[in-house]
Amino acid sequence: MKNFLRILPIIILIIGFSTKLNSAEKVEYLKTNWSFKGPFGKFDRGALQRGYQVYTEVCASCHSMKYLSYRNLAEKGGPEFSEAQAKAIAASFEVKDGPNADGEMFTRPGKLSDKFVMPYDNVKAAQAANGGAYPPDMSVLVKARGGGVDYIYSLLQGYEDPPSGVTLDDGVYYNKYMYGNKIKMPNQLSDGLVEYADGTKATVEQMSKDVTTFLMWSAEPHLESRHQMGFKAIVYLIILTILVYFSMKRIWSRIETEV
Amino acid sequence: MSEHEYIPKSKFGKWFNDRLPLLTLANHLTDYPTPKNLNYWWTFGGILTFCLITQIVTGLVLAMHYIAHADMAFDSVEHIMRDVNYGWLIRYIHANGASMFFLAVYIHIFRSLFYGSYKAPREIIWIIGIIIYLLMMAAAFLGYVLPWGQMSFWGATVITNLFSAIPLVGEGIVTWLWGGYSVDNPTLTRFFTLHYLIPFLILGLVVLHIWALHVPGNNNPVGIDIQKPSKDTVPFHPYIVIKDGFALLMFMIVFAFFVFYTPNILGHADNYIEANPLVTPAHIVPEWYLLPFYAILRSVPDKLLGVVAMLSAILILAALPWLDTSKIRSAVFRPLYRQFYWILVADVLILGYVGAMPAEGLYLLIARVATAYYFIHFLVILPILGFKEKTIPVPLSITDPVLGGSPNLALAKKNKFEN
Repeated sequence: MKNFLRILPIIILIIGFSTKLNSAEKVEYLKTNWSFKGPFGKFDRGALQRGYQVYTEVCASCHSMKYLSYRNLAEKGGPEFSEAQAKAIAASFEVKDGPNADGEMFTRPGKLSDKFVMPYDNVKAAQAANGGAYPPDMSVLVKARGGGVDYIYSLLQGYEDPPSGVTLDDGVYYNKYMYGNKIKMPNQLSDGLVEYADGTKATVEQMSKDVTTFLMWSAEPHLESRHQMGFKAIVYLIILTILVYFSMKRIWSRIETEV
Repeated sequence: MSEHEYIPKSKFGKWFNDRLPLLTLANHLTDYPTPKNLNYWWTFGGILTFCLITQIVTGLVLAMHYIAHADMAFDSVEHIMRDVNYGWLIRYIHANGASMFFLAVYIHIFRSLFYGSYKAPREIIWIIGIIIYLLMMAAAFLGYVLPWGQMSFWGATVITNLFSAIPLVGEGIVTWLWGGYSVDNPTLTRFFTLHYLIPFLILGLVVLHIWALHVPGNNNPVGIDIQKPSKDTVPFHPYIVIKDGFALLMFMIVFAFFVFYTPNILGHADNYIEANPLVTPAHIVPEWYLLPFYAILRSVPDKLLGVVAMLSAILILAALPWLDTSKIRSAVFRPLYRQFYWILVADVLILGYVGAMPAEGLYLLIARVATAYYFIHFLVILPILGFKEKTIPVPLSITDPVLGGSPNLALAKKNKFEN
């Protein structure tokens, strides 16, 4: 331990050095209180439902969510729409199905078991419609970006006029949180863009938070049961550890060695 | 091995045991005389066995749902995460389990280094251990490729490309490994097969590792040979079983914390982006447990020499029993070695850190110094130290100094690894 203490300053120095270097490179993301953080974190149902609304009215025109099904919207731990609501949502989409008995493809209203309808048929079509940039699938987007929810939340509010000296090509926008500051997605959110059913005021900040919460759920649909199970598992383990500790002490008391 | 012959009590037991001495084996494992002064650093052997079994069991279930195909692998992992009952739990245990496995194995290895467990008569245990460690790295690398994310794909590309450094046949070997002219579906399917195979090879080697251990018996913090069984030993069951169990539970609490509360913190965000051969990630980094070797690889400007350096860094460990010329095992009685030991620990930590940073400027310089020191430690310091060092006299047994009043056990206690 004494020797360990001797190298401790080196370790602290490394860590301190690295955080300092990293902070010099990175911009501070905007912070907000996420209800799903922490060992007891749960999703805010209202935020998830509003977030779905923002996704479907704003993002879904370009961004797919290929791993989500309409049934997920009614599942426990998610936005928890009623089954009837989820069915109505699914039915509002036209789904391509087939081939039927005549060998023809046809469209029908969506069902709960259908995956979210994709805005484009394929990646090439998506690129063609967006100036060469593919709008990434958003199912696991939060987990696929270094800063996670804070990054997405900040990015949505990070549009600015470019500082002097920075020239932007056509169809490229300046965002202070984007890696390299250049982004092909134009600013999407503006105050009052959507009209929330629950009467919440649709500010840019509110919509960013809601849709990011929705994306967190879509990336980690079992987050709530994970947190709940984790708490139970760890409490169980701690109790068992204490019991085993005293059993161990008892057993080792038969001989005169400390354990 | 226990000295006395074991005779089962029941008639059937005797009949069976005469034909297959499983009961003798069970008796050997329960009675196995273990030094009674083992500290908690010795519990990681049991913890590692637990890690291996956890990986095999969760891996079996994952393999039932995973599809090894370049177009479907990423989707099938998301299917496991979303639709398979408790699939998220199994996958997060498996993914974090790999990290916990390496955490435990590094503690296990550094325990050996501190207490000289690799020295005669335990060289074979040590060498089998090094082979297990190499196979673990292979298994971990292959497994990391399977989700077919960006880091999977590009990690596979970088690592397999190392073989191209071999003169003349390098390119051919790489094509052969890939099963084509780039990392693609044939690469994925063979990686999956090998990822499934290696844990069972490890399991077999673990049996040999334990077998080889049970011939001389455990080393101990004092590092002296002891009489077995004697006052210095306790039977494995219940004394060591309960102690290993207690340590394992502590370890599981840490494990559970990662699985349930920060399951992705040890992974890389880019691996949640599906593999794309046309887009290279900004920084390609391996998992944390391979970083020190990655740093060594990159610190050498020549590709072939870099690969040689990286491999030597691991293989040099196999020669350790002969590089360390000191007759004294435990660092407790080696005041100078103790200092160098901790410098080596710091050196490896520094290598791990610079391995995660871009290989340029100051980082590259640090990596080069640390790499050089790593080899100097094993090739220069250890051989010389054995001759030059003034060691502290070791006690004759674990128990006797207490009875005989020799001051050295008190010293051994005071200088235990952890307190």
